[in-house]
Amino acid sequence: MIVIKRATDTLIVFAVMLLVWQALHQFVGDTALPGPVPTLQYLVRFLPTARFAENAWATLVSFFYALILSYAVGLSIGIWMGVHRLSGAVGEPILISLYTLPKITLYPVVLLIFGLSTSGRVAFGAMHGVLPVALLTMNAIRNIPLVYLKSARTLRLSKGQTILTVLLPATIPEVISGFRIGFALTLLGVLLAEMFAAKHGLGFLIINAMQLLQAEEMVTVALVLFVFAIAANALLLVIEHRLHRRV
Amino acid sequence: MSRVGWIRLAVIGTAIGLLEISCRLGLIDHRVVIPPSEMVDALLQLLISGQVNDQIARTFGIVTAAVLISVVLGFALGVVIHALPRLRETLDPFFATYYAVPIFIFYPVMIAIFGLSAIPILLMGVATALVAMIIATLNGLDRIPRILTKVARMHQMGRLSTTLRLKLPAAAPHLFTGVKLVVSYSFIAVIASEFILAPAGLGRIISDAYSDFDNRRMYALMLLLIVVATLVNMTLHTLDQRWAARRGLVKS
Amino acid sequence: MTSTTLPDRQIHASLSGVTRIYPGAAGQQPVHALGPVDLDLRRGEFFAVVGPSGCGKSTLLEVLAGLQPATAGTVIFEGRPVANEVPEGIGVVFQEDATFAWLTVWDNAAFGLRRSGVSEAEVCRRVDDALSFMGLKDFARAYPAQLSGGMRQRVCIARTLVLQPRFILLDEPFGALDAQTRLLMGDEVLRLWRRTDSTVLLITHALDEAAMLSDRIGAMSARPGRFLEIVETGWPRERDNTIVGQAQFGAITGRLWDTLRAESLKSLGYGGVAAK
Repeated sequence: MIVIKRATDTLIVFAVMLLVWQALHQFVGDTALPGPVPTLQYLVRFLPTARFAENAWATLVSFFYALILSYAVGLSIGIWMGVHRLSGAVGEPILISLYTLPKITLYPVVLLIFGLSTSGRVAFGAMHGVLPVALLTMNAIRNIPLVYLKSARTLRLSKGQTILTVLLPATIPEVISGFRIGFALTLLGVLLAEMFAAKHGLGFLIINAMQLLQAEEMVTVALVLFVFAIAANALLLVIEHRLHRRV
Repeated sequence: MSRVGWIRLAVIGTAIGLLEISCRLGLIDHRVVIPPSEMVDALLQLLISGQVNDQIARTFGIVTAAVLISVVLGFALGVVIHALPRLRETLDPFFATYYAVPIFIFYPVMIAIFGLSAIPILLMGVATALVAMIIATLNGLDRIPRILTKVARMHQMGRLSTTLRLKLPAAAPHLFTGVKLVVSYSFIAVIASEFILAPAGLGRIISDAYSDFDNRRMYALMLLLIVVATLVNMTLHTLDQRWAARRGLVKS
Repeated sequence: MTSTTLPDRQIHASLSGVTRIYPGAAGQQPVHALGPVDLDLRRGEFFAVVGPSGCGKSTLLEVLAGLQPATAGTVIFEGRPVANEVPEGIGVVFQEDATFAWLTVWDNAAFGLRRSGVSEAEVCRRVDDALSFMGLKDFARAYPAQLSGGMRQRVCIARTLVLQPRFILLDEPFGALDAQTRLLMGDEVLRLWRRTDSTVLLITHALDEAAMLSDRIGAMSARPGRFLEIVETGWPRERDNTIVGQAQFGAITGRLWDTLRAESLKSLGYGGVAAK
């Protein structure tokens, strides 16, 4: 029942968004914003092309590496700061400051270090994603109820057993939450990097299309990324809810 | 300052110090990063010369406008949505997924529609910050203890009086969290937009400085942004935590 | 009040001159939470500790169990000293909800036993047995989030029960429950005590609960906690909550309150000595 209602609500939201899109299109015209139907037609033609495949692949590769970095480094920092109280207390405001900083201001430094290569985009994407992962992991560890640790000692678990069978399951839901936010931010970071200074990638395609007044391509690529982001987020949300249901 | 505060200061100071030494010793290429002391010097000179004051004013003006619009509109929309539970339920998936979308993919679309002016930049700022304010408003209104309405009726208070003297103060900490997020998101969105493509503004001149290999100017401006962003966000964050602590709300 | 008249093998656990001082956090004074305390627990007895809030009852339990080290004095369990580790044979039920949210009731109960190397068949037997005993058999596949507070505490008790402890410590296990549920849970604890033939130490702030359940009751002073008096109740082993109707019950609670009244005022902040 709830699932059906949620699905209906989602469809309603999508329908409204499509209507708004169409209305906006009527208002501003083809050169500025093509309507939903021509966009879909373009999408069908564009997706199978080599040009799309190359650029999508470039973005995917950068994103994938950036994501692995975000998760690995974020987890490490988060675990360290969660377990080692002093480091956590010292580092948390620093991480929060970095989180609220417009990291694009640091992008030129990244470019100067890495040049216009993929590594630069990977680094920039990771810079965005590492922070929520670290902060949420740290919080997850800090929020482990003290009584869990006392119980583990009462049940005479070894340190390894405590970490594997108590600490890990207790922190997983929040860590996955961090992964989900990290996913979105890493994607944003990689795309921003591509939009500013790249010759490949979906971000580049959007800016390039705009500059060449190819509105259809611009909107189509944006749509592809939009759908990808939403689908991935929905998947991670399902995982998160599965885990939260029991907690 | 607490012991933790001193340690933090020491950590940051050491990091900056190491950077300074590495640059001066030539361990880090001068064409990549300039020493922090030079950054400060460049910034001061730039500010004194007044060359970029109009750009600074423009950017901060757009940010301020974005903040004001997002806070007011976000609050208003939040109040309306909160009063219409069915609408809220329908919009729930929208809000849950909003920040999963890399919103900058629509920036070129905005430019295509509105032209290369301050408007698409402002729109990006509002688009990024608005939903955060709506969500914060909804949260704040949710967390008004139901008992307050009963207390108001016991004291025979009218609707306006109840809203202004009980409900708003009760929701205030969460609303303030919303404002904090709005400021942070507006800043990020406006700067990023100016960086990618803009006729003018701080982000634009930083990217120009990068293209022109003018490291001094570039780092001076980056420093300015970092200092301002950090100061503003930290102040809001501290206020947020302090007010929350006073209420007994545990915030992260 | 030490029982020097009892032979040593009858003393299951003992505390001699035990003190616990918490080192102060950065910039704060150390807190003298407990002691010095002397106590001998007889094998198989039901001993309750009562006292005002903050007097160190929980600290006493944790030092006895090996969860915290004593700052001074010795803790002996079954003839061996207890340091900073929980010895085998001790089971603890905490005040807070210690059920693991990601495991079913059955898996929760089996948790400690599984990791102690017992065969899977034996695990099944003991867990089924414990869950039946605690009245949780129908909820074996449920998750703790679906249960009430009282039921979750029963899961924690079941988890302890399967390990067949010889010494069970309960730290205000029914603190969060309403009065009627507490009375019923009191009977459950008595059944548990008789079934396992173990020594039980119960921490509670409810005088009537202590008077109803225990063989002996230790009344603790305000912080730093010391035993002011140890009261013998003399109840028969086969008892239940109907003994509250007996005159002796009133006498015991009255005597406890006489001892503790002044201490409770102290812990509330009256009479000069601040509690927390």
